[in-house]
Order: sequence, then C-alpha cells, then structure tokens
Amino acid sequence: MDLLYQIFIAPFIDMVSTPDFLLQVLWEGFVTGTLYSLIALGFVLIFKASGVFNFAQGIMVVFSALTLVGLYQAGVPAYLALILTIGVMALLAISVERLVLRHMVNQSELILFMVTIGLSYFLIGLGQFIFGGETKSMITEQLGLPTGSTEFEPFGGILILQHIDIAAVVIAGILVAGLAFFFSKTRIGRALRAVADDHQAALSVGISLNQIWAIVWFAAGIVALATGIMWGARSDVSFALQIVALKALPVLILGGFTSIPGAIVGGLIIGFGEKLFEVYWGGLLGGGVEGWFAYVIALIFLMFRPQGLFGDKIIERV
Amino acid sequence: MLYRESGQFKTNYKQDSAIFPILQDRIAIMFYLAVAFIVIPIFGSNFFIDSMMIPFLIFTLAAIGLNILTGYTGQISLGSGAFMGVGAYSAYKLVTIFPDTNVILLIVLSGFFAAGIGMIFGLPSLRIKGFYLVVTTLAAQFFLEWAFIRIPWLYNYNDSGAIEVPRREVMNVIVTGPEASSVTRYLIVLSIVVVMTWIASNLIHGRIGRSWMMIRDMDIAAELIGVRPLYAKISAFAVSSFYCGVAGAMMVFLWLGAAEVESFDSNQSFLLLFMVIIGGLGSLVGSYLGAAFIWMLPVVLRALPKLFGLDINTATVEHINFMIIGALIVFFLIIEPNGMARMWSMLKQKLRVWPFPY
Repeated sequence: MDLLYQIFIAPFIDMVSTPDFLLQVLWEGFVTGTLYSLIALGFVLIFKASGVFNFAQGIMVVFSALTLVGLYQAGVPAYLALILTIGVMALLAISVERLVLRHMVNQSELILFMVTIGLSYFLIGLGQFIFGGETKSMITEQLGLPTGSTEFEPFGGILILQHIDIAAVVIAGILVAGLAFFFSKTRIGRALRAVADDHQAALSVGISLNQIWAIVWFAAGIVALATGIMWGARSDVSFALQIVALKALPVLILGGFTSIPGAIVGGLIIGFGEKLFEVYWGGLLGGGVEGWFAYVIALIFLMFRPQGLFGDKIIERV
Repeated sequence: MLYRESGQFKTNYKQDSAIFPILQDRIAIMFYLAVAFIVIPIFGSNFFIDSMMIPFLIFTLAAIGLNILTGYTGQISLGSGAFMGVGAYSAYKLVTIFPDTNVILLIVLSGFFAAGIGMIFGLPSLRIKGFYLVVTTLAAQFFLEWAFIRIPWLYNYNDSGAIEVPRREVMNVIVTGPEASSVTRYLIVLSIVVVMTWIASNLIHGRIGRSWMMIRDMDIAAELIGVRPLYAKISAFAVSSFYCGVAGAMMVFLWLGAAEVESFDSNQSFLLLFMVIIGGLGSLVGSYLGAAFIWMLPVVLRALPKLFGLDINTATVEHINFMIIGALIVFFLIIEPNGMARMWSMLKQKLRVWPFPY
C-alpha cells in the first residue's frame, strides 16, 4: 500500500502543495522539449527528402557549435564567425551529397543509416582533431543573446525564467515558422515536398535530386547550428551532446518520421514527460531515469500507434 | 587459381549438403584451426595474444550473435552492447554465488540470462520493424545501462561500481583473475568461439535458421507457408542475445579482468553493428572478417606513426583514428555494401575461373 501511495498519490500532493515548483519543472520541460524538437526537426527534414535516417544530426549539432566557438577563439568577430559557420555547414552539405549520397542511390535503408553512422564517426574525429576534445563554453553574450534571469512570484512562490531559455523558445518558433513558410510557399520548398512524395515522379518533372539533397542537408545544418547555440548556451559545448541527440529518436517515434508538427509536439511531450517523471517519480527508482524514460514512452506508444501522432506511413502488420 | 574442384563428385545427399564440399576447403579450415590452436599459442607474444587475438575472437562471437539477429533475421538491433553487459554481470553473480563450480561452465551459462532479457526486449519486434525497432532496442540499451549502475546487487554492493574478476581454477590451472596466463585464456576463448561458431553454422543451415531467413526475406510469405513469426523472431533474439551474453562474459572474465558500465555502452553496440555490416550481413565468415577489420585497424593505425618515426601525441592519433575509421566505413559501404564476405567470395570465384573468365 505504501508503494501504491508513493506512486499514485504522493507526487500529486507534491504538485498541488508547491505549484510554483511545478511551474518551474514544467518550464524546464518545455525548454528541453523545444530543444529536442529542434534536433528532431533536423532528422525529419532529411528523412522526408531523401529517406535517409541521418544519424549524424547529433554530431552536426556539436560540430557546428564547435566551429562557431573555435572560429571566435581564433580571433574572428562573433557575427562573422556565425556567417562563416553557416558557410561551413553549406560546404559540409555539398560534400556529403557529392562524396557520399550520390554513390548510395538505391541502397537499402539500413546501409544508408550505417553510412550516416560512419559519417558521424568521421565528424567526431574531425571535430576533435581541429578543435580538441575538451569542452568549450558557448559565446552567448558575444552573439547578442540575452543572459540573466527574471523571477516571478506566482502562488506566493518563486519561478525563475532564464532569459536564454526564453530566447531559445522564441528562436525555435521563428525557425519552425520560417521552415514552414519555406516549405509551403517557395519554389524550392515545393520541389522538396515533391521529392519527399515520390523520387521518380519528382525526377521526371525535372527536379534535380542532387541539388535538393544538398539543400536539405544545408537546411538541417542550419537547424543543427541553432540547436548547437541554444544547447551550448544552456550547458557547454562538448561531444556528450551527441548522446542527448539520440533522444530525438523517441521524439520521432511519437511524432512520426515525416511530420514537422509531429516533431515539435513529440519533442514537447518527451520534454514535459521526462522532467515530470524524473522530479516526481524518479526518486522511487533511485534517480537518473531521464536516460531511458523517453525511450520507454516511445516503446509503449509504438504498441498502440506505430505510425506516430502525425505520421502518414502506416507500418504493415508483421 | 590455387586449386580446382574438378574431379570431386558429389555422389550422395550428405556430400551435397556439406558445408565444405571441396576437399581443399576442408584442408584449409584444418590449417586455420591448426594455426589458431598450435602455432599462435607457441609463437605468439603475450601482447599479440592479449590485445589482438583474444579481443578479436570475443568480438567475433558477439558479431556472430548480432549477425544472427540482423543479418539472418533482418531485425536491426542497437542493444547488443547491453546484452553483452547482461552476460557479464550475470556471470559475475554466478561466480560469486557458486564459487566452487567450473567457471567456464558458468560463463557459458550466463548466456541464458542474456537470452531471457533479449527475449523480453525482442517482443516489440512482433509488431514493428525497421527503424522503429532500432528505437526499442535503444530503449533496452539505455534501460540496461541504467540498471547496471542503479542496482547495486548486480555488482555486490562494492564502492567502485565495477565488477572485478576473482581468481578461479579449473583442474588446478588458473583460468581467471590477474594471475591467469594469456595462453590459457586464449585457448579457452578460442575453444568456446570455435564450438559456438560450429553450433551457429548448424543452426543457420538447419530448419530454424531457414525460418529466420524466410522472415527476413519476406515475413508475410513466410507466415503463409507456415513459419510462425513469433517463434522465429523470439528465437532469433534469444540465440543472438545468448551469443552476445557469452561474449560479454568472456570479455570481462578472460580479457579485461574488470569492467564498468562504460564497457557496454551504446558505442559498443555501434561497433558491433559496424563489424556485422562491414564484414557482411548474413555471413559467418563475414563476422570474423568484420571483427578483425574493426578491431585490428585501430591497433595498426596506432602503431603506424611510431613505425615511420613520427612523433604525434596519442590524443591526435586517436582523433585521426576516428576520422579514418569513419571514412573507411563510408568508403566500404560505397564500394561494396554487401561487406567483406562478398568481396572474399568474389575473389575466390575470380581465382577459380582464372585465367579463363568466360
């Protein structure tokens, strides 16, 4: 009975009795969720356009952030470094398309997936070779991002909002809106959606697959850079981020592999769920449950709705 | 053009279904076994046996396990590192609970615990496949990693959180622990790997292996002609985890001597998947080739700068290593997505028909 009380009643009493703390936890969950969404967005962009499950998205986040910080430390002014980093991501996108993807047309999904793992090993090595393995702190102030925090006093308690978190949410919003506009209104965006629908049909109406792939990898690179800056500002820029990026997988399961709104909603669900569970129920299991909770949610979810919340591809019954 | 099989006729069914139908192949395999069992223990240096041969064999066994699941049954798994961990931790518990039992027996028994856990995490495969299955196996990976840290009973409540191998003797020969000689450990690992490869080969060529391959090639057709997906998939998960578990137990008991959770993290799973893919999906020879390639390559790369007299610090070498491995994986997948086993068989075919390729 005591255990049942611990599981089903005590956490809720905690939540109601200290609502300010609950709000703080929810806010934390919201911000983490936004960042998960951003990483998942990078996956979705590439998966939609090329059917490649890009494992290297996580390392692209680290790599872009490292490039930015590394350039700044080498004496380049912050904004110029930002532009140069965008250039580097473009270069990366083009070389991935030229050197790797172009040779891999018609291979099975598993092989394409493995190629991106190989790519991520390469990028880890390259990043460490150029910038060294130690952790770096993000150049938050130099980029004009706000620091500091604001305190609210709801319900007589205290709620601290970091400015950088607010900025992260706003930037994520702008990025998503921009991508949505790009996808639905521009010529290239329509071409991207055409490729996502059907490679052969897109080819036959004169869309260049190679060009589209380079563009979509570049877009994913930009998303990676934004994620890298935000995540780097919250913690540090290190290669450990890569493991965090794996969290995008359960997010994708929840949202569906091909849906941009799905990536966002899925990210938020995982973010909220993970923080709430860790804070209110994690103690029962000895803590540290954040590492696997997202995967277990995804696992349970898969049992009931394998195509995800917004996914369009229904997996056949096995 | 080393040999031709002309003049060797198959006169009965048994000869026709033999795994090595050609006399020269049988001689070759005997030769390899003789080298492995006799020449290497006598002439191999301790360094060569300890840091090349033993890990190579252990990774081969784990790669065979993953190959059964991914190559033969078509279920992608990123949890094999954790299943190795299950084997290692259960072997550790078994050895501490039954101190007087033969330790080699316990190492093999620990595979059954890994098989049980593997069957549980294999259940989602009945409903989903492809990348969705990758996520469920990653769930296994992260959940088990967490369990290895947070359940102190698994490492006997010691402070370091690591498992350390106690000294054990079998028939008055020290088998595990720091005093055990490399050659003893090598011979035990080699025997287990050879026997388990032989068992795997028989499983694959038998009824159960064929049902795995049917599920891989087309699950619906397989179900229609009477293969039960439940049994086929779950048995693949069980056998695969058994192999990974035994490999994990051997890794701790006969190679490292002590291990922490980091030895079984997701990088280990990726490494195993690399071995299987580079070596060749659905090929036992491929598992050997892949394990040799992925394990030996960094060792060789580390030794290279010294060979040329270059003075590069170890960290840089490590980073360049990563780059080269990544680039080689991409390169290999581009030139031959079917892996080294396919290259090997093509080479053999070319040699067989040389010099008259048509």
